[in-house]
Amino acid sequence: MSLRRLPQALAVPLLALGFSLLVGAVFVLAIGRDPVAVYAELLRGTLGSPYGVGQVLFKATPLIFTGLACALAFRAGLVNIGAEGQLYVGAFATAWAGFTFRGAPALVLAPACILAGALAGAAWGAVPGILKARFGSHEVINTIMLNFVAIALTGYMVSNVFVVPETVHTPEIAAAARLPRFEAFMPFFGGSPVNVSFLLALAAAAGYALLMNRTRLGYELRVVGHSAGAGEYAGIRTGPAVITAMALSGALAGMVGSNFVLGYKHYFEGGFSAGIGFMGLAVALLAQGSAVGVVLAALFFGMLSHGALVINTMVPKELVEILQATVIASVIVSSNVVQDYARRRARERTAAGVTP
Amino acid sequence: MSSPAVELLDIHKSFSRVKANDGVNLAVARGEIHALVGENGAGKSTLMKILYGLYAPDRGEIRIDGKPARFRGPADALRAGLGMVHQHFMLVRPFTVVENMLLGREGVPPVLPMDRVAASREIRDLSGRYALDVEPGAVVEDLPVGVQQRAEILRVLLHGASILIFDEPTAVLTPQEATDFFRVLGGLRDQGKTILLITHKLDEVMQVADRVTVMRAGRVVGERAVRDTSPAELARLMVGRDVALGRVEGEAPAGAPVLEVRSLGVRDSRRIARVNSVSFQVRAGEIVGIAGVEGNGQTELVEAIAGLREVEAGTIHMDGRDVTGSRVAQRQRSGLVHVPEDRQRRGLVLEMSLAENLLLGRQRESEFSGRVLLRAEPILRMARRLSEEFDVRPRDVSLKTRDFSGGNQQKIVVARELGRAPRLIVASQPTRGVDIGAIEFIHARLREARDQGVAVLLVSADLREVMSLSDRILVMYGGRVVGEVPGRDAREDRLGTLMLGGAA
Amino acid sequence: MIAPFLSQVLRISVPYLFAALGGTFSERGGTINIALEGILLTSAFAAAVTTYFTHDPWLGLAAAVLAGLLTALLHAVICVTFRADQIVSGIAINLLAAGLTKFLLKEIFGSSSNSPRVEGLPEWHLAGVGGIPVLGDILRSPLLLLAAIGVPVGHFLLYRTPFGLRLRACGEHPEAADALGVSVTRIRYTGILISGAVTALGGAWLALDQHSFTDGMSGGRGYIALAAMIVGKWSPLGAAGGCLLFGAAETLQIRLQGGAVPTQFIQMIPYLLTMVVLAGFIGRAAAPRMSGVPYRKEE
Repeated sequence: MSLRRLPQALAVPLLALGFSLLVGAVFVLAIGRDPVAVYAELLRGTLGSPYGVGQVLFKATPLIFTGLACALAFRAGLVNIGAEGQLYVGAFATAWAGFTFRGAPALVLAPACILAGALAGAAWGAVPGILKARFGSHEVINTIMLNFVAIALTGYMVSNVFVVPETVHTPEIAAAARLPRFEAFMPFFGGSPVNVSFLLALAAAAGYALLMNRTRLGYELRVVGHSAGAGEYAGIRTGPAVITAMALSGALAGMVGSNFVLGYKHYFEGGFSAGIGFMGLAVALLAQGSAVGVVLAALFFGMLSHGALVINTMVPKELVEILQATVIASVIVSSNVVQDYARRRARERTAAGVTP
Repeated sequence: MSSPAVELLDIHKSFSRVKANDGVNLAVARGEIHALVGENGAGKSTLMKILYGLYAPDRGEIRIDGKPARFRGPADALRAGLGMVHQHFMLVRPFTVVENMLLGREGVPPVLPMDRVAASREIRDLSGRYALDVEPGAVVEDLPVGVQQRAEILRVLLHGASILIFDEPTAVLTPQEATDFFRVLGGLRDQGKTILLITHKLDEVMQVADRVTVMRAGRVVGERAVRDTSPAELARLMVGRDVALGRVEGEAPAGAPVLEVRSLGVRDSRRIARVNSVSFQVRAGEIVGIAGVEGNGQTELVEAIAGLREVEAGTIHMDGRDVTGSRVAQRQRSGLVHVPEDRQRRGLVLEMSLAENLLLGRQRESEFSGRVLLRAEPILRMARRLSEEFDVRPRDVSLKTRDFSGGNQQKIVVARELGRAPRLIVASQPTRGVDIGAIEFIHARLREARDQGVAVLLVSADLREVMSLSDRILVMYGGRVVGEVPGRDAREDRLGTLMLGGAA
Repeated sequence: MIAPFLSQVLRISVPYLFAALGGTFSERGGTINIALEGILLTSAFAAAVTTYFTHDPWLGLAAAVLAGLLTALLHAVICVTFRADQIVSGIAINLLAAGLTKFLLKEIFGSSSNSPRVEGLPEWHLAGVGGIPVLGDILRSPLLLLAAIGVPVGHFLLYRTPFGLRLRACGEHPEAADALGVSVTRIRYTGILISGAVTALGGAWLALDQHSFTDGMSGGRGYIALAAMIVGKWSPLGAAGGCLLFGAAETLQIRLQGGAVPTQFIQMIPYLLTMVVLAGFIGRAAAPRMSGVPYRKEE
């Protein structure tokens, strides 16, 4: 991205964030509380202590994965609303590998569990890709439908196949598959479950940036995403590109299990996600496609997510859900507004004969 | 004498720095078929959009039946008795004919049932009167294109139009359908309707119109009664006598055939045959031009050669190897480059940078990409070199191509394609919408490539372009090659006759 | 055996019927409406709160419709006026509805799970209806009756009236509608608002039938309704068929608890069937052509 584009790229998220905080403030005022105090408490409870920071990182970890998943799809011209389903299937596969291959050494088992999750997510993501490439059916509806199928399917696995009586979770994974918490070597994070999978998420973000900006595949996916006609002209076949993009997107979402299963609970549990996949959409939109943006946006949403618990004594913690939803809506509105504005400016400049 | 049905007075309209209409005057008498002709970009469509209320003129006046009119949108024009039959029909395809006829003139409050029986009767009456045979209950998308057009005409009539504008009406029709259409047109005139026919097919003008107005470069350059003119005169007016680019002959005789097309047949996306048993060769070191009125199969021919469209019959050989079924990427590897006719849809990714656009189609070449990673340095070097060499302005390789002017966008496409050491250049409308300086530049590069032994296939609707560049000229009409003329002997009138389907 | 089963299918289908009918009106006009889920939620909440404070379920019903209209209005503003992505807008509205209802639930009732008990709508004993075999008993619920009437009325409105013609034209070919003097913006707004009001009746049913609002009580019904609409090929009668089919599957699932077929597989039926239909295995799925595409007038 060139420097001259930077202000526009920042204008959208900043406008959206400002507007959302304002909307949140109106809600707080409406129930007779002080918005400044609420936001201050939110900041203090999240960034004011190592534990708070740890919680933010912990909550941000899965959002980085799903944010990257949605961003990758966006840049390939696809809307992946199926991250939720892909992460369920992926997390289940992660857990399955963890409690099935008990004898394996840690250096092998943990990566294998993550790989299993990524592969399962990729497979789940590839299905709508194949349906689009083969039958032209829109990925949006199919990914929504597959979310429900994934939740039902993993629910069946937990309640009928890998049953632990009296619970809704799978057996525990082998100790060798566990990812260590940060507190194991950085004691000041004491009590927070933030773990090594956060580093994995950062690595995934770096990998995503590398893939999209530096590799031939990333280049081809972006070409197809912007213009299928130009892609065809450049010798890129649209069908395989769509399937690849959806599979990669699913693989990223499928790695969410590394945080929850390998780093935190050590088993797969039905209903563990509560919308992380959908929040990935918000992260990707706010990030406008860039890897750094995804990490920052995930940290922001992670902050809100943990902040919700902090402010719960002052206002209902659902204030944060309202904020998140408002951010999504205002990002899409403001990016249109900013684009229209830029286009109008450009047209005026051309009319005045200033442009090349 | 009564005032004209339609009068356009001193119409001006500019888009950024381009004057699309520059003081246009047009008068159409009641009850005549008036043709408006001109090349692409002459300003016909802009003028019609102004007349139809889609654009507001910068200056000038519209009069209908002598009374000044001001249209803020098509609905206003419709109320004033103007009906437009668009090239892409304004029919709702999954609706029945009746539903389409009722839309906008339902005649009852919004939530009460519509009277389809009365509407069907009305349609039958009208279709009887104007010989526009359409079944009211049929679903539009199930009808042949010619019948759809009749439905579109019927709808315009039902809305009470007395002045009908037709935008390239025969572009989508088969020859048989076109003949039927001309009969309908005559019938409409005989019943007192006024008809404005926009076209660039001179044979149609001669066949059906009473008067004709010729536009060039945003101005009216002539108005004639059809019986007092000839296709040759109209062609001269359209093209303009004063502009003639000089010919530069090739230095060496042409070599071995690079491209060989044998009995090629191609259908368009609606499965209509567009190219029929076309055969020709392009040899190393020669430019073969394909002249023809647009819509005679050139687009499909080029797409088939480039690998973007399936071949129905026949073969395509490059350097003696059969490439008929091979993919775009394979053809590119064998040295085929393609300047597409639609640079915005095919040739460029507007949201990506100049450098990334110059890479388009070359991303698999080992110079620019390893197995996985792109090679950033060579790509940048290539981008800088090409934008220098082809004088792309501004010279900022990180700028999005959306932000370049049309002429520079075209230079980017040409730079990319000619910059990759081709064996065969397929250039489709390579200078469309480009200013005169860029035209000369692009022409020079095509000649240079030819002189270096590259085979060039040039497709252009611009007869001057074809004549000034080509060593041999093939004329396409109705999906066939109807004549071949050596470039140096080509004369406009002779080519014109061939292009209109006449014998040489 | 049959009557109780049928009656249960109908009761389960009521929110689906309203939401799918609502979805049809939005999508036929060219706006994808994933926000059905959120509309169900806000309207159910409004119904419960209003009924609780006024003790009048009819006022609760009116409040539900108002809430549905407001939620749909937000979707319309984002999608039609600002021409933003319709799918993302829908997702945002669903998240907003979930957060907002929980937020207000806590503020108003001090509970994070449910509202206090509220009255339901009274039963109607219409002459004639009681005599209908099998269905007579269940057609006493005003909302159920309304759903039964609403579907054919919606079908009539969509396919036989000028409004329906214009709405469908805006979903298929907005330029054509515009050229004939139809305001695409106004028609699309109307379609989305109808969608909100009709879906809200389903939300009101959820709250009033259960005599309380519970957190997240829409429970994915908006998405099932969306699926039913697609399976029914975007027509009210077809969508109603889809709703009854899915309602029957759900009834079976409840009745077969602990049976041979795991409930999860029955749960999947609507979703899998929708994918099959979309892939064109059961004829052509006739989505409105311009659904999802914002309309921008030529400048």
